[in-house]
Amino acid sequence: MKRHLLSAADLSRDEALLILDTAEELARLADRPIKKLPTLRGRTVVNLFYEDSTRTRTSFEAAAKRLSADVINFSAKGSSVSKGESLKDTALTLEAMGTDAVVVRHSASGAPHRLATSGWIRGSVVNAGDGTHEHPTQALLDAFTMRRRLGSFDGRRVTIVGDILHSRVARSNVRLLHTLGAQVTLVAPPTLLPVGVQTWPCAVSYDLDAEVAKSDVVMMLRVQHERMNAAFFPSAREYSRRYGLDGRRFAAMPEHAIVMHPGPMNRGMEITAEVADSPRSTIVEQVTNGVSVRMAVLYLLLSGSESAIGSIEGESA
Amino acid sequence: MSSFLLRGVRPLGGDPVDLLLSDGRIADVGVVGSVAGAHTVDADGLIALPGLVDLHTHLREPGREDAETVETGTQAAALGGFTAVHAMANTSPVADTAGVVEQVWRLGQQYGHADVRPVGAVTVGIAGEQLAELGAMADCPAGVRVFSDDGHCVSDAVLMRRALEYVKAFDGVIAQHAQEPRLTEGAQMNEGEMSAMLGLGGWPAVAEEAIIARDCLLAAHVGSRLHVCHVSTAGSVELIRWAKSKGWDVTAEVTPHHLLLTDDLVSSYDPIYKVNPPLRTAADVEALRAGLADGTIDAVATDHAPHPDEAKDCEWAAAAMGMLGLQTALSVVQQVMVDTGLMSWADVADRMSTRPARIGRVDGHGRGLEVGAPANVTLVDPSTTWTVDPHALASKSSNTPYRRMTLPGSVYATFLRGNATVLDGKLA
Ligand SMILES: [Zn+2]
Repeated sequence: MKRHLLSAADLSRDEALLILDTAEELARLADRPIKKLPTLRGRTVVNLFYEDSTRTRTSFEAAAKRLSADVINFSAKGSSVSKGESLKDTALTLEAMGTDAVVVRHSASGAPHRLATSGWIRGSVVNAGDGTHEHPTQALLDAFTMRRRLGSFDGRRVTIVGDILHSRVARSNVRLLHTLGAQVTLVAPPTLLPVGVQTWPCAVSYDLDAEVAKSDVVMMLRVQHERMNAAFFPSAREYSRRYGLDGRRFAAMPEHAIVMHPGPMNRGMEITAEVADSPRSTIVEQVTNGVSVRMAVLYLLLSGSESAIGSIEGESA
Repeated sequence: MSSFLLRGVRPLGGDPVDLLLSDGRIADVGVVGSVAGAHTVDADGLIALPGLVDLHTHLREPGREDAETVETGTQAAALGGFTAVHAMANTSPVADTAGVVEQVWRLGQQYGHADVRPVGAVTVGIAGEQLAELGAMADCPAGVRVFSDDGHCVSDAVLMRRALEYVKAFDGVIAQHAQEPRLTEGAQMNEGEMSAMLGLGGWPAVAEEAIIARDCLLAAHVGSRLHVCHVSTAGSVELIRWAKSKGWDVTAEVTPHHLLLTDDLVSSYDPIYKVNPPLRTAADVEALRAGLADGTIDAVATDHAPHPDEAKDCEWAAAAMGMLGLQTALSVVQQVMVDTGLMSWADVADRMSTRPARIGRVDGHGRGLEVGAPANVTLVDPSTTWTVDPHALASKSSNTPYRRMTLPGSVYATFLRGNATVLDGKLA
């Protein structure tokens, strides 16, 4: 493994599969009475969150704790991005505290990249979502969930629907799923697709109905309320009619196909309640899988050797 | 007043001659022989250009003396071969009154490294709401002729029309920072493949082009002079070309960094590459070079924009926009325009001295190297190379995108009215 996880684009196919396989091993822990491994004992992992995200922070925290790492939650919310010193100064503080890994969530695209490459700290940096850039562990947990439900990625068709323009989840998923051999199609109103999307390794469509019937996975993205006032589309009602996943579209999907959503959902907006709560929706298990995948990432970044996986297998045998 | 005899120098890259600078003027050109009391410079192999004139310099004084001062900025200018610079108005306080422009002008006179021509703000506080007292700035000793809200676009069409009309009374020019504000809300870099990949807010070319198109039409309508600052897109070059073909009095400048650097560099997320307007694509760079070479773009202007380290040593979104330019401009132009065969040294003199001086109405600068002209002269050694060390530059700031790059050509000497401001590559 590399020292940092900044972007899904940095992962080779082998590295991505190693993470998924490791997560699969680590997931077995969840079935045991004591859900803890000593692997990262004595290592310090800092959750550095400049943006509120209880679900992502908690997931990383649980992952680090199950590997026996010391976890420090550093909520930097409120510290102003407009005064740029904060990230550097915080980094220097963390460095002085002997941090082994920093899990960073930041509203500025590229902030984790800057943290990892500026020489401010020596530890590993894990991108837990940066601006509208990437959210690589989300893509990994999505891939993990898909593989569990569908088997392999080869030739699988994944349709990602919604606000692609502002979505770090979409960016990371396009890159990772392409690396893993799936075919991705993005569906959105043209206003919510970035200029330059034509060069991405995926297809683009404005027509959700045309895509659902041939999809193995339909991944719905959250629509932020502030987009509704910024002329990206005329109204919430029009959006949900054209780009929402309702019972009719759900019925048109192949029987084996699954529905995903990174959460939190706007029920009734991009997804109806009946679809979100259907057994073919993986929304709840995505959360569970998130912990296993993040354990795998921290584990591989910080212990850095494949042999340690063998010890897990040994224990569980 | 000292005299300088420049032996064997090549004016505009032409045949070697001797050039005698005496009493602030070019006293003789040809085979001069020895002159008693003159300081002789062995200028064999050096190229003589009329002293360079920058239409677009941020000297930061008053208000941000931690980033740059008139003293350090004009030192950088002299070392870069400039004898006159236009000091942009977005200082603190804004240069929107006769008092502030006069202060800046006097500081320039006091230090004497280069003539400082203050640019006056078009609107009060660069707020885009009310015209500043343009006439008072024109009439004061600083004699302002260039007005700009640079950093901000005069986006209100009526205000822009009135400004263009008003400055006709004193032969002024409005230098527009063309950036449609609504189209660039949240913009962080050029909109395109790279911004989509990096998840940084896109800054579309059309935001620049729409304003240029509108302003050309306005300038034509009222019969006034328009100057377009730091043109950065291929479409902008096309629009300027079209306006000129109509015979309209529209001029434009391009920065050295837009002639060399592309938005690929942003993938490092290193704020050293964050600049307004943003670095564009390779196709834009090619169009800008062609536009400069064929004269569509009148001038190279540095947009020298110093920032203290902390404004760049942070995450991309938080970083200030801008880069240093005075000491590297000529080398970058040599690399991308002269060494590529796109322009001659005579063209360089035209785009970096003659035309900017004419646009800014700068007396005594931008003249030919002929007997009787003011002795504003720059000597360039085109055969050397140098590696840019940000901390060795004269500027108070070190935000140069060329750090560790090796660039061709260096300024050997700069003369301002016959006095050396730079000699042997060092401040005189
Ligand atoms: Zn500007």
